[in-house]
Amino acid sequence: MSVLIFIDQSEGHIKKSSLEALTYGAELAAQLGTSAEAIVLGEVKDDLAALGKQGVKKIHQVNNSALNHLDAQVYTKAIAEAVAATGAKVVVFSHNISGKAIAPRLSAKLKAAMVAGAVGLPNTSNGFVVKKNVFSGKAFANLSLNTDIKIISLNPNSFHITNGDGVAEVAPLSVTVDAPKVKVTAVNKVTGEVPLSEAELVVSAGRGLKGPENWGMIEEMAHLLHAATACSRAVADAGWRPHHEHVGQTGLAIAPNLYIAIGISGAIQHLAGVNRSKVIVVINKDPEAPFFKAADYGIVGDAFEVVPKMNAAIKKLKGIA
Amino acid sequence: MKILVCISKTPDTTAKIAFTDNNTKFAPDGVQWIINPYDEWYALVRAIELKEKDASTAIHLVTVGAADAEPIIRKALALGGDEAIRVNADSHDSFYIASQIAEVAKQGGYDLVFTGKETIDYNGSSIGGMVAELLDLPYVSLATKFELNGITATITREIEGGEEVCEVSLPVAVSCQKGMAEARIPNMRGIMAARTKPLKVVEPVAVDALTSVVSFELPPAKAGVKLVSPDTPEELVRLLHEEAKVI
Ligand SMILES: Cc1cc2nc3c(=O)[nH]c(=O)nc-3n(C[C@H](O)[C@H](O)[C@H](O)COP(=O)(O)OP(=O)(O)OC[C@H]3O[C@@H](n4cnc5c(N)ncnc54)[C@H](O)[C@@H]3O)c2cc1C
Repeated sequence: MSVLIFIDQSEGHIKKSSLEALTYGAELAAQLGTSAEAIVLGEVKDDLAALGKQGVKKIHQVNNSALNHLDAQVYTKAIAEAVAATGAKVVVFSHNISGKAIAPRLSAKLKAAMVAGAVGLPNTSNGFVVKKNVFSGKAFANLSLNTDIKIISLNPNSFHITNGDGVAEVAPLSVTVDAPKVKVTAVNKVTGEVPLSEAELVVSAGRGLKGPENWGMIEEMAHLLHAATACSRAVADAGWRPHHEHVGQTGLAIAPNLYIAIGISGAIQHLAGVNRSKVIVVINKDPEAPFFKAADYGIVGDAFEVVPKMNAAIKKLKGIA
Repeated sequence: MKILVCISKTPDTTAKIAFTDNNTKFAPDGVQWIINPYDEWYALVRAIELKEKDASTAIHLVTVGAADAEPIIRKALALGGDEAIRVNADSHDSFYIASQIAEVAKQGGYDLVFTGKETIDYNGSSIGGMVAELLDLPYVSLATKFELNGITATITREIEGGEEVCEVSLPVAVSCQKGMAEARIPNMRGIMAARTKPLKVVEPVAVDALTSVVSFELPPAKAGVKLVSPDTPEELVRLLHEEAKVI
């Protein structure tokens, strides 16, 4: 009857989104009066027992180098066997890149109802109903999962991470590991930057910055705040910034704690990707810019004057001379 | 080479989102319907590009929907598909739709199944993976590049903070996003040709949906923006630190 949480690793390191999934799974298990267990596939460098801090009691590890890279087909078969072995009734993923590949496969394989992009714990007072993001952040749906086994894939940055003092038991698990058909031949990571999808703070800029040569102050602010950088579609299309920074309805949808939008008008398609951010700050010289309607804080002013002054104030705050 | 491209009908990106029937149904009044942008710009256009390189390629489009989905599928045909299949069913849930698509795919014997990375209404990112599982195919999701060399596909996919290049033999299912191709607009010749391209209507296979929508809700309205003078940006930094506690 347990809750089984999928722990996602990349190059042996546990992703932050998995810590959210672990906390969520542990709280869900408490709500259902059952225990939380987890599964990790592939070789791991981080200390797995320490994941007990997020409330999980037992971690099943399939320590096999064939699982170091994601092949959703191979992963799904292994996880389906783990579901059977543990008797899990709820399987929790992060709705991150791996979760989006594996969770729907597992749903189809087990004929298990799935909610993709859950934003909170289920309501179990009458059935099993989970709230999820729909219409690209413009609405929510309360979805009823109507099968015995249920799959929840949790939107990144929608759930807190607890840090208790638990230590998890780590045990090897033997499942079928097929030879991957998807062979990874190269990995290109943008090193030294905070990945946008996992970032808690995001500094984003738009066409108001006039040209790519003016991004120095944006990068400086991001650096000072340990934030990721993002941009509007207009900016990515103009080739001023790389495509992976494009947020919005047709780019990445993000939900950081803080989203600072500089020189972005706030078109509806842009807002769709960022309006789940907890705090939105808008800096725009046009008081009529639609973004102000979606903002928590704002400055009506010229970015070229405001941003350097903000950077100076952040330096002072952080004690950087 | 046979490619199946999955096409979904979604409200336009500027559509006002509202609900009726006690918040249980999307209110379609005045809504413009479009091809889901990821299906159109990336999945379909990349398939068309592959056909432009190899004229023997056949592109079939599939949509699961009622007759009101036909303008959308005709528009997709105008961009460049060869023929289309509409599974005549109201959509129930992702699993139901994926099961219908998998059935069509089994009949057609495709080398490639392309979907968009997600729909902009349901945001599930689920159909591609479910179809792949139902067909027992490998699945590469969130692809940003796709090249074909004989029966080997070289696919670049997104990973956290970067990208990964992988190789896989056909057949394979791929979900497509930005980078795969550049958006196109249909030309007059395409629009004329689309009128006579085959659009087959098939009845759904019996499948139970696994989920049901209980209700929809709109996000709570923002309290309103707190404006800080442009002469004192340090005040904004102070508020973010002391009041919002985010930095
Ligand atoms: C189907 C579809 C999908 C789309 N998807 C997306 C998407 O995913 N993401 C996205 O971002 N867009 C998307 N768009 C585009 C969107 O509609 C807007 O065109 C785009 O977001 C505008 O980018 P921008 O705000 O950077 O530029 P603009 O609209 O040109 O706005 C620039 C802003 O900068 C301000 N400004 C100028 N100078 C200064 C200064 N010195 N200091 C301060 N402010 C200044 C201006 O007042 C203005 O508000 C989509 C459009 C369509 C049709």
